[in-house]
Amino acid sequence: MSAEPANDAAPLLEVHGLKKYFPVTDALGRVRAEVKAVDDVSFRIAAGETYGLVGESGCGKSTTGRALLRLIEPTAGAVIFEGRDLNGLSRRDLREVRRHLQMVFQDPYSSLNPRKTVGASIKEALTIHGIGSRSGRKEMVLEVLARVGLQSEHYDRLPHEFSGGQRQRIGLARALILGPRLAVCDESVSALDVSVQSQIINLLMRIQREERLSYLFIAHDLSVVRHISNRIGVMYLGRLVEEAPTDRLFSAPGHPYTQALISAIPVPDPTAKRQRIALTGEIPSPLNPPSGCVFHTRCPLAQPQCRTIVPERRRIAPDHFAACHLAEAEPAAAPPAA
Amino acid sequence: MSAVAETVTPPASAAAAPLLELDELVVRFRTENGLLTAVDGVSFGLQSGEVLGVVGESGCGKSVTAQAILRLYDETNLVRYGGAVTFRGKNLLKLPRAAMVDYRGPRIGMVFQDLSSSIDPVYTIGFQLVETILAHQPMPPREAEAKAVDLLRLTGIPSPERRINDYPHQISGGMKQRVMIALALACEPELLIADEPTTALDVTIQAQILELLTDINRSRAMGVIMITHDLGVVAEICTRVVVMYLGQVVEEAPVAALFAEPRHPYTQGLLRSIPALDGDRAQELYVIPGTVPSLLAVPAGCRFAARCPYADAQCRTEAPPLEVLRNGRKVRCWHHEVVAATGEVRDVG
Amino acid sequence: MASTGLTIAPPRPSRRRGQTLRRLLGSRMIVLGGALITLLVLIAVFAPLISPFGPYEMVVQQRLKPPSALHWFGTDNFGRDLFTRIAYGARVSLGVSFTVALLSVAIGMLVGLYAAYFPLLDHVLMRICDALMAFPSILLAIAIMAALGPSMGNVILALVVVFAPSLARTVRSAALVVREQTYVEAMRSLGASSLRIIWLHIAPNTLSPAITQGTFVFAEAIIVEAALSFLGVGVPPPAPSWGGILFDGKVAIFTAWWMTVGPGLFIILAVLGLNLSGDGLRDVLDPNTVKAAK
Repeated sequence: MSAEPANDAAPLLEVHGLKKYFPVTDALGRVRAEVKAVDDVSFRIAAGETYGLVGESGCGKSTTGRALLRLIEPTAGAVIFEGRDLNGLSRRDLREVRRHLQMVFQDPYSSLNPRKTVGASIKEALTIHGIGSRSGRKEMVLEVLARVGLQSEHYDRLPHEFSGGQRQRIGLARALILGPRLAVCDESVSALDVSVQSQIINLLMRIQREERLSYLFIAHDLSVVRHISNRIGVMYLGRLVEEAPTDRLFSAPGHPYTQALISAIPVPDPTAKRQRIALTGEIPSPLNPPSGCVFHTRCPLAQPQCRTIVPERRRIAPDHFAACHLAEAEPAAAPPAA
Repeated sequence: MSAVAETVTPPASAAAAPLLELDELVVRFRTENGLLTAVDGVSFGLQSGEVLGVVGESGCGKSVTAQAILRLYDETNLVRYGGAVTFRGKNLLKLPRAAMVDYRGPRIGMVFQDLSSSIDPVYTIGFQLVETILAHQPMPPREAEAKAVDLLRLTGIPSPERRINDYPHQISGGMKQRVMIALALACEPELLIADEPTTALDVTIQAQILELLTDINRSRAMGVIMITHDLGVVAEICTRVVVMYLGQVVEEAPVAALFAEPRHPYTQGLLRSIPALDGDRAQELYVIPGTVPSLLAVPAGCRFAARCPYADAQCRTEAPPLEVLRNGRKVRCWHHEVVAATGEVRDVG
Repeated sequence: MASTGLTIAPPRPSRRRGQTLRRLLGSRMIVLGGALITLLVLIAVFAPLISPFGPYEMVVQQRLKPPSALHWFGTDNFGRDLFTRIAYGARVSLGVSFTVALLSVAIGMLVGLYAAYFPLLDHVLMRICDALMAFPSILLAIAIMAALGPSMGNVILALVVVFAPSLARTVRSAALVVREQTYVEAMRSLGASSLRIIWLHIAPNTLSPAITQGTFVFAEAIIVEAALSFLGVGVPPPAPSWGGILFDGKVAIFTAWWMTVGPGLFIILAVLGLNLSGDGLRDVLDPNTVKAAK
């Protein structure tokens, strides 16, 4: 597990008020409505830390990840990486920054060009950035292949000859070869079998330790996120509703949605007593998000004010906030057990 | 301090004839690489009112088994069956193709994982429900429509009278899954096969669907086969579990026994690989070494031997049979006693 | 603690490079179609060796003679041996049509790829294609030929204008699908330029449908070229072409049937061969495989 990073200096990544709205146009091109995929999201990630981002469909976590890398252009907000605001950058500067900001994709079956050998796919990353000489590049690729647990004879193989887990390793190798400082893992293990998942998670964590790499780990599987993350942010319908260090999130979740989410996870233990918080209804469409608190339509604790007033982030404890009218700061407690 | 799991206790009488019984089922496909044996001698049984979980990872053959019960591969002309699938005493594999129509729907219903391609996008939900109902039970259309509305209500869809006229693309994933369940129940089958019904759904919706399935199982005393790779889901709603690996059954047990004391190394490995919600985050996750072999290169001896921490020379040369133990358990391993003795699946607190 | 020793499974039995060739040859349609085309090409290439006559050689006494041992397909109204003219005509007809197919694929790919990648360009380019596709192919070809005047080059130009738009559409559809694939997004995240993505990643993955359709364009071009020549606005005489022979045979159609049947037969064989090859290619390159399900 990565060491808890010392909270020194400026964070590696800072996201302020990120917004991404997708316009919905009618036949004539007029904007009829907006899908508020990401609505005012802010968080920070320190060097060497893993920030888990969880939520269900339509919550905007994938869009957030892509907006970070400027694979999607944000509608508003700032993304500050190593002190530079990514939004203002020229194409050339952005390309340079991309060396340090990489992504590991979800689908192992479509994230590799089926017609290129593994070696060629990974080497291309180097060619794009003009790194290394012709002969040197193959060496670099072989080295990174070994680091992710593959062998040199895999260099000349085509993607379809590999299993899903192996393909994720290849995708990871491609992201790592440029020496990034932050990697966005967008559901990188979700498409894998359980036994393969654990291999890839261990690999991700080992590389993080070796490289002091930061991860934005986007996933919907809370047990996996719990294992790998230092801090976790919970999203719902485009908003960040809670953020806390991992252990606190699970032991004392402050937002009703988080509580419901955690209780909904099927636990592999038939004797466990389950106090499930049943959420009624469906997840609302991001085209028409509820007024006030976006969660009020399904919240078992909804009050009249929840329908009209958007809750602001309330600090429950140092490092732990929840966007809920009912969240209260905890009284100063005895220092937590180590 | 354990509480009783909230599931149906299976019928006590072992003498009751099983609803469904698979006896050494074999399913082979003709591919351009030769004859592929996707399911190699699978046997298990199901009583009415039971929820049987079939667990395994990719390539284990669980979906093929399910589709073979209903002979859904017949149209491809590339499949060969062996063994028997006995439903209420009749071997389904021996029936003429046309006769299967009477089973699919009225006697055995199926719910699929892939929502987008399982419901026809060009017809309304109501139309498809009514079509299914009328295909097996002729009745006046008005009556069929009323029945369709009831079914939608039963599966928890709000305002079903209006949903009837919706097209599949207008409703959410969770609702589509409910519609699929409604379609499967339309003809009141005795057995429901659910193939990864919640894998594509969000966790809060999944919780709702699992509850729905449990309710249906209880209220109708229907047999349910739940196919999944998610051991959490199995723990939630199943009464008995069958674990499959590379086309074979490697373990079968009542659910509590399986989790408390797995007897097959693969089961044990799977359980250990799952990051527990209360586990130690500092520890590396347990990893089952190696990868699943290809079905085209099935190893000699025990199929799991290459990845098994307990394997010895015997395992690599002699394939273990599925041994029947007490308490309704079966296991396919030479060393299951050792496995049971070693296994502390959860770290002792 | 179990070892994290990763014994990687040996690669699954894979599509070795040679296996694609074997699959191509395994398709009956491709073999049959390919054989037909090869035969016709051989006839065209080796025309001088096959026939003792020249294509322009006129023997007035032998005018309009029916097929015989000496003149396999009879003679035309100028006393020229028809088989020879058809064989040399194959050079023109096949050559022109092949060039048209090649150029259409090239231009179609250029247009289709860029239309798929740049939405603004897409609107403009697709509307142009729509406009061109609205005309029936033969009419459009005639109109262009009327404006440009008869010559082989103009025939090629006219036919490319007729066929390139539909190829552009095909390539565009395929490119749209590829563009959505995750590996294209991965390339963007690595910092690849649009040029690189379009030509090194999207283009190779659209080649299969492009080539398949190219085969069909080849076949249609033969027909349209023959039609143009038949109507007198194609490759100008006396250069032999299948349509040209039909044109000559128009007046004598009831008396000298061999002037129509001869080239007609070759046209049929060529189109048949190409269509078979195209269908076979499509089945091999874009198969709907029945996957052995998990």
